[in-house]
Amino acid sequence: MNSFEDLHCESERQNKRIYEMCQIAEAELADISVDDFRKLIKINLDAMKQTIKNGLARCELTFSGMCGADCSKLQARFAVRGALFGRLYEKITAYALAAGEENVRMGKIVACPTAGSCGIVPSVLAAVSEELQINEDEQINALITAGEIGRIISNKVALAGAVGGCQTECGAASAMSAGALVQLLGGNSQQILNAAALAMKNLLGLTCDPVCGLVEVPCVKRNPFLAIHAVSAAELALSGIVSQIPPDEVIDALKQTANLMSPMLKESAQAGLAKTKTAIMLERKIRQYQ
Amino acid sequence: MVRQSSVMDIISPIMVGPSSSHTAGAVRLGILAKNIYNKKPQKVIFRLYNSYSLTGKGHGTDKGLLAGVLGFGVDDARIRNIFDMDVGIEYDFEFTEDFNRHPNAVDIIFEGDLNMKIEGDSVGAGRVVIRKINEFSVKFTGQYNTLLLVCKDVPGMISRITGLIQNVNITSLHCDRQVRGEEASMSICLDGDLDEKAIKIFERLENLYLVRYVEKLGS
Ligand code: SF4
Repeated sequence: MNSFEDLHCESERQNKRIYEMCQIAEAELADISVDDFRKLIKINLDAMKQTIKNGLARCELTFSGMCGADCSKLQARFAVRGALFGRLYEKITAYALAAGEENVRMGKIVACPTAGSCGIVPSVLAAVSEELQINEDEQINALITAGEIGRIISNKVALAGAVGGCQTECGAASAMSAGALVQLLGGNSQQILNAAALAMKNLLGLTCDPVCGLVEVPCVKRNPFLAIHAVSAAELALSGIVSQIPPDEVIDALKQTANLMSPMLKESAQAGLAKTKTAIMLERKIRQYQ
Repeated sequence: MVRQSSVMDIISPIMVGPSSSHTAGAVRLGILAKNIYNKKPQKVIFRLYNSYSLTGKGHGTDKGLLAGVLGFGVDDARIRNIFDMDVGIEYDFEFTEDFNRHPNAVDIIFEGDLNMKIEGDSVGAGRVVIRKINEFSVKFTGQYNTLLLVCKDVPGMISRITGLIQNVNITSLHCDRQVRGEEASMSICLDGDLDEKAIKIFERLENLYLVRYVEKLGS
């Protein structure tokens, strides 16, 4: 099963959910039992939650001084005055920022699909599961669903900012989260794939222009934004809204956009935010410390 | 239909941030270099090139490389504070540029009873390649168990060596030599495990100067 179309057809034909088919195929590939495969996924799920926990408790800055103290600001404000959109919104944004910051201060994270985008899938998964009291088995099902979406995207385009811009890192992570959230909320395979397509479609063209070439700006703050973005996509898909462009074709468009994107906007720090006046100044400052 | 990839590649690795190429990749290059050198060095010099040189400090590339050479895994929490640790060897970093080299290139230079220079690149998403050992070009990614050999360049060497690899599939074979009749190198990637006995046989072979069996990297 190497396309969304295959996945959907097989899911209907076998009357199985996406994660069920995925775990059987993965267990076969690794020559282990389905249970053992799920145990491996659980290790990563636990590690994701630990990253969030660590990140929420810390506020030290990175070597560059650009990142590290924002999650504590967010939490401080929410403690006094709750977020406009309520508790779930607070948790998702704080968790995503916590993981993103933990990554840049060299904490332990789970790349999902990459290190820079490591807060998106975990924040949605953990926050929604906590708020709706969803059990661990269901969380594992959702994480497998996220992985399967990422895997199918990666069959067409490498998930790396240097290859396809940030649309293939944080963009893919948002699509993965959207699908995972639909699974968590009991949507069917068509809704899962549409959620992924809707999220992805809205992020086509997202460039990778990190300031000073570091995975910090805009990366860290992009995590909470795109986590919330995934929730919107899931809500739309669960209402039966479909992507007029089928999911596989959205990925074709992603691939074409990746190919057309200037190398200057693919992690090379040669354009965009990385070449703003302030970024150039920051770069000089950081080099002095080297 | 054949499954083209695994979800385990998407939701992994568990690693110390912030960058798969600049941090996890650096650790992996260090680990592979350590396993090739296979001794305790007196001193290690890391020469970082291009993007590794420019953004290495901010990405902890320097810490990652040292951690790898000490045998730490990509998820070892000690990496962050490794410069505060007493690691038992001398080390130094050089930051330089050479646009004939890969953007994320490093030389790892071991000094001690044996001197050895290992060149490698971090090629994206945490994947790495060792390109050179001393002056010999090799191709070693750590994705497979690999037998690295430097031997005298005499006729029939390849068939003699491959003939000794039994019950294990060879997935690829890479050879290089500098001057005809002098030394040649081979990197042989294997699908399965080579047992101690087989490695011992290699070590006793005539005309072989360096034999290293390096197991594939963990996740
Ligand atoms: S901007 Fe670039 S480095 Fe940052 S998260 Fe996106 S793809 Fe990764």
